[in-house]
Amino acid sequence: MKIMVAVKRVVDYAVKIRVKADKSGVETSNVKMSMNPFCEIAVEEALRIRESGAASEVVAVSVGPAQCADTLRTALAMGADRAIHVDSGALAPLLPLSVAKILKALAETERPGLMILGKQAIDDDCNQTGQMVAGLLKWPQGTFASKVLLDKEKQVATVEREVDGGLETLSLDLPAVITTDLRLNQPRYATLPNIMKAKSKVIKKVSLEELNVEIKSDLEVVQVTEPPKRKAGVILSSVDELIDKLKNEARVL
Amino acid sequence: MSAGAHIISGNVFEPRALDELIPNWKSEGAPIEVPVSSDKFLLLTKGQALPLPSPFDNKGNYVISLSQVVRWLACKAEEIGVEIYPGFAASEIIYDNNQKVVGVGTNDMGVAKDGSKRETFQPGVELKGRVTLLAEGCRGSLSEKIIRDHKLRDKGQGQHQTYALGIKEVWEIEEVKHKPGSVLHTVGWPLDSKTYGGSFLYHMKDRQIALGLVVALDYHNPYLSPFDEFQKLKDHPSIKPLLEGGTVLEYGARTLNEGGFQSIPFPVFPGGAIIGCSAGYVNVPKIKGTHTAMKSGMLAAEATFRVLAEGDPMETYWDSLKKSWVWEELHKARNYRPAFKFGLLPGLAFSALERYIFRGRVPLTLKHGKPDHEATEVASLHEPIQYPKPDGIVSFDVPTSLYRSNTNHEHDQPVHLRLKDPAIPELVNLPLYAGPESRYCPARVYEYVADEHNAPKLQINAQNCLHCKACDIKDPRQNIEWTVPEGGGGPGYTAM
Repeated sequence: MKIMVAVKRVVDYAVKIRVKADKSGVETSNVKMSMNPFCEIAVEEALRIRESGAASEVVAVSVGPAQCADTLRTALAMGADRAIHVDSGALAPLLPLSVAKILKALAETERPGLMILGKQAIDDDCNQTGQMVAGLLKWPQGTFASKVLLDKEKQVATVEREVDGGLETLSLDLPAVITTDLRLNQPRYATLPNIMKAKSKVIKKVSLEELNVEIKSDLEVVQVTEPPKRKAGVILSSVDELIDKLKNEARVL
Repeated sequence: MSAGAHIISGNVFEPRALDELIPNWKSEGAPIEVPVSSDKFLLLTKGQALPLPSPFDNKGNYVISLSQVVRWLACKAEEIGVEIYPGFAASEIIYDNNQKVVGVGTNDMGVAKDGSKRETFQPGVELKGRVTLLAEGCRGSLSEKIIRDHKLRDKGQGQHQTYALGIKEVWEIEEVKHKPGSVLHTVGWPLDSKTYGGSFLYHMKDRQIALGLVVALDYHNPYLSPFDEFQKLKDHPSIKPLLEGGTVLEYGARTLNEGGFQSIPFPVFPGGAIIGCSAGYVNVPKIKGTHTAMKSGMLAAEATFRVLAEGDPMETYWDSLKKSWVWEELHKARNYRPAFKFGLLPGLAFSALERYIFRGRVPLTLKHGKPDHEATEVASLHEPIQYPKPDGIVSFDVPTSLYRSNTNHEHDQPVHLRLKDPAIPELVNLPLYAGPESRYCPARVYEYVADEHNAPKLQINAQNCLHCKACDIKDPRQNIEWTVPEGGGGPGYTAM
């Protein structure tokens, strides 16, 4: 069975981000980029499933401009067998629905038994792509996975999900889509020898035309602004003063 | 984990070495685009600024972000087949049976704070080669070991190395205040006449400016906090108006060499050589070390080629260094910095004489004063300095500044700042020197906190470390040893 893992190149989580002067988005030029942390967890889970014998191949996929190759090389260095880069070129960062359509097209060619994605990207926090891909493919989905157990014989994945009330356990018939949450695993370091080997591995390039996917943006980012600066707190002297402020200043009563 | 992430420098760049290395750097898209447009020099007092004739000649030089230029150079290197692996720390030298250096070893990754192996443990790897060149920057952890073990200071120019700590911010200021290429240096306030140092303010492009304070580490007062002196500087009437209405983009700090000509070690060892600031080629009166560091690398590369292709000895690197413009330049500049051991005014007076009359031709070579760590006087001879509280507009506290350095380390790892004797901080540093490490560290890694018996104990917040090496240099008993943390950790400079 083949596992397809979708990975995204995002601003590194330790970087202090700022909004561009024209408020069109976050400044990404001259900023350190890395693989989305949840995508790292997805790659790790795929590798563990392959190492347990339940899968034969891990294919890493990324959608974006040329620099996506760096992210795919990290996946290869971690241990992925193959990598596919869907070049979206100059098109603005693609929104989840477009990415989901592309992943659907790839799934129909590659025919994986399992697709694993990070639950969300730390740049847009959309938390939509996994769910949309499952919907388009009409595959079952287990999102926010904190534990995954694969039964190769029965072709079933048992997924423990982190939900508001606690943990929910689902049983999914393969092929299925799983999105990873933080507690699922601790991703391995890409070792230096593996990074060296990954440099010479071939990354397959696929264009949007080949996939027959039309990218149509239904959403337009109008403006991005920083959150308002936190104002200093005020120490009040009585409950009456508190009620007065809540009523007349904060207007929440 | 990308090239340039640990690179921080002023920087007014002299393209002399780059012109030799990549003559058409302009058409190759080098981020070297802002020529110096003006050059000012001020002597500051608490409220005033006295213009002095600029001792610098920056015609033909550029205001750059060295971090950006290094990233560009890394691309150029990879284009011709060089393999670069950022994010892996060289933690040890590998010797063969004949005491020849045959490579370096990276440190283990995934080691927990208590030394046990975490789930993600990966052993370090050995990288072996016929020639190993060490380019760790100022006070390199492996370079210092090699210099010590092979007695390279004695074999070289003979003097110990001396250092300064540079603390820097990149600001985005209001358009109307921005003059690309504008270069300003100051001396005097906030530093006193016994403390060598000064500030720099360079206008880059895109409304960005580089602003910093450099404090020589041979300062005497253990209560001095270079970080707080930097905050004071920004309040000066000749600097504050420029910053108002602006935003800080990045913060960082790094030590730099000031020993110059007298402190150059013999940079060759069996199996390799030391290049760049790990050896120490900064031209202190010019405040430039990038061009000489690059040239030293180029000369070492040419020597390495001769070693590999013709079996020549690596010593030809030293020979070619002594015949190069690096040697000539550093020789001419050799007496400026040592003259300041007599104080600010004698130093300035001598500098003027050197600059306009002697030009390095005086038939004597001044020696340095005491090594930096021995220059700290006991706290009882000094008064604690009352530093003003940060205003949050132009001055800030350390946590706020640290956040802007994009510094990150894996939390669960052994502390990379090693105490040779764990008792010394409470036995010597605190009672005699009032714990100077809690003041000179620009990341506040070192803190004395009360333990369960209410006795002060040194706490090392290694995660904050900016990799500046000030503690390795300035600790009075040389008890702190900076070692490499787990690969991938450290500051994340992009515009520094």
